[in-house]
Amino acid sequence: MTKFTGILSLLAALLALAVSCRKSGTDDPDPKPSDNTPTPLQWMKPSYFPDPVYDLSKNPLTVEGVELGKFLFYDGILSRTDNIGCGTCHQQQAAFTHHGHDLSHGVDDKIGTRNAPSVQNMAWNTSFFWDGGVHDLDLVPPVPIQNKVEMDERVSNVIEKLKKTPVAGAAKQVDYPKMFKAAFGSDSITADRMMKALSQFMMTMVSATSRYDYFVRGDASAMTAQEKDGMTIFKQKCASCHAGELFTDQKFRNNGLVPNRINDQGRYDITLNADDRLKFKVPSLRNVGLTAPYMHDGRFTTLEQVLDHYANDKPGNKDSIYVSPTLDPLLNVAGQRRGISLTSAEKQSIIAFLKALNDDDFIKDKRFSDPGVGTSF
Amino acid sequence: MMKRTFSWLSAWALASGLLMVSCSFPDEKDDTDPIETGTIELQFDNIVGSQDLQLDNARYSNAAGEDFTVSKLNYYISNIKLLKMDGSAFTVPQDSSYFMIREAHPESQKLTLRNVLTGDYTGVEFMVGVDSVRSVMEPDRRKGILDQYSGPTNEEGMYWDWNPGYIFLMLEGHSDLATTANGKYYYHIGGFGGRTTRTINNLKTVKLTFPGQKAIVTTSIVSNVLIQADILKIFNGQTQMSIQKNSSLMFADSSKYIADNYAGMFSVKEIKMN
Repeated sequence: MTKFTGILSLLAALLALAVSCRKSGTDDPDPKPSDNTPTPLQWMKPSYFPDPVYDLSKNPLTVEGVELGKFLFYDGILSRTDNIGCGTCHQQQAAFTHHGHDLSHGVDDKIGTRNAPSVQNMAWNTSFFWDGGVHDLDLVPPVPIQNKVEMDERVSNVIEKLKKTPVAGAAKQVDYPKMFKAAFGSDSITADRMMKALSQFMMTMVSATSRYDYFVRGDASAMTAQEKDGMTIFKQKCASCHAGELFTDQKFRNNGLVPNRINDQGRYDITLNADDRLKFKVPSLRNVGLTAPYMHDGRFTTLEQVLDHYANDKPGNKDSIYVSPTLDPLLNVAGQRRGISLTSAEKQSIIAFLKALNDDDFIKDKRFSDPGVGTSF
Repeated sequence: MMKRTFSWLSAWALASGLLMVSCSFPDEKDDTDPIETGTIELQFDNIVGSQDLQLDNARYSNAAGEDFTVSKLNYYISNIKLLKMDGSAFTVPQDSSYFMIREAHPESQKLTLRNVLTGDYTGVEFMVGVDSVRSVMEPDRRKGILDQYSGPTNEEGMYWDWNPGYIFLMLEGHSDLATTANGKYYYHIGGFGGRTTRTINNLKTVKLTFPGQKAIVTTSIVSNVLIQADILKIFNGQTQMSIQKNSSLMFADSSKYIADNYAGMFSVKEIKMN
């Protein structure tokens, strides 16, 4: 009997040691861990997509983690004024961009300097934002939260506010301590957990059900003849930058736009390397038909304007490509007119093809929709 | 039986405790020759020329003849080494070697270094800023004073989210000659060299020799080294800076002039022994 107890307590001690090695300070004292174990969620990659960049092993998805991330994504509590959420400028019906806004307005109607990019297929991004300043999805949320003209709030204060939920009298009662406990096994609310939950939600936001995708998966009737035609031209004339199934090579390029009033230098602001002046990240073109306006400052309102820029065929033969030392060589081939030569019919076909990248299921998918805590202006 | 269980548990708790201690100090393997350690204090005092720095109220003048006030001064001190006459050094374990000096918080200005090898020290070396290796670590390896999401780093905005990295030194104040809308000047100096691509490196290592005096560390004597930081040198260093010409200097090539200047602002004033 004595020996048995000894072995038992030894095992208990070893177990305690193992637990304390695995995590520090966040262990749930609840003796019934099974009740608090979040439900694992299998993340599925579309078969023809590349492997994800995000390391899921450091943040395995769970049903509860994704749900928490969704609430955080939409909740204005992340802002100083409690009314600007991520979903304010990243609206689902516009493929998570700010519909109708060239530049977005944050707290106190302050205006930013760049067009809100789409939040989709983040799993494959090698960098984030137009200048690629951030390299890890977990480090994306603090940028808009702490930006003075976006949400203008300190993450430490967001955490304090989350701890005080549910707030009496709030239109939608959200109990974040309870949701953190469901997602992470204990009700400790930390910034690291908050970022991980947001990443979990954003990881699930995969757009791969456009008509183009059905075509790729073998349904030849999913695209019209003009769209297929457009795809052929696109592959010849656009896909060197808008490459692969994500329709971006994820590089930084100067596409010949005239510098704007604030002389935004793009990637240069991150590297201070003169070779990066006026370069911006090549955006994905998935859902591009839904994400107007276009370019880093939203200067073009239609896809026609975008293609007119690249074709450089404005009436009067005036060159619309801004020439500077970093202009992309693909737009500046010796012996040719600068830009990409496109006939009017080719432009129409390309635009038809681009619209086949619209993913109606993605923008209607209830899993990504505002759970009732969001605001949109 | 109960009693026996408890003794087993306590024995195991003790054993696991020992295991953890031995994990923390892998280099210490010989307990027949106990290493004696003590404490040393590095006291930072921010001054302006010959005057003590006063936030907001006092007006100062730089070599360019510009009047200015200081509303905020913060900087990181890290990777501290205590130097001996013979050229050897005691390196403070890196995890315990990150501090932020904040003018508005006097308690932040006294760095208490414990578990320092006993001996006579003749100098000190430290970095102004956060080294590149630590800068690129995952957030869970950058806690405490380095936590970008809580505490002083978050409250003072000493981290660039949009281009992840620490602001090594932040100096703000007013000047009639500032060209900003609100009459403030802003010097936010950082840049550890770049994560994925090479960019500016404003990390500065400062080496100070104790003037004609040693800092003695024994198991009972605590030396207090008073280090003065003359912020006038930020303007009047190798490169003379003008608030009018540079009212806002952040992540930009010319930030290196400020960094070069502040690298030369430190000196050891005196050493007291308690």
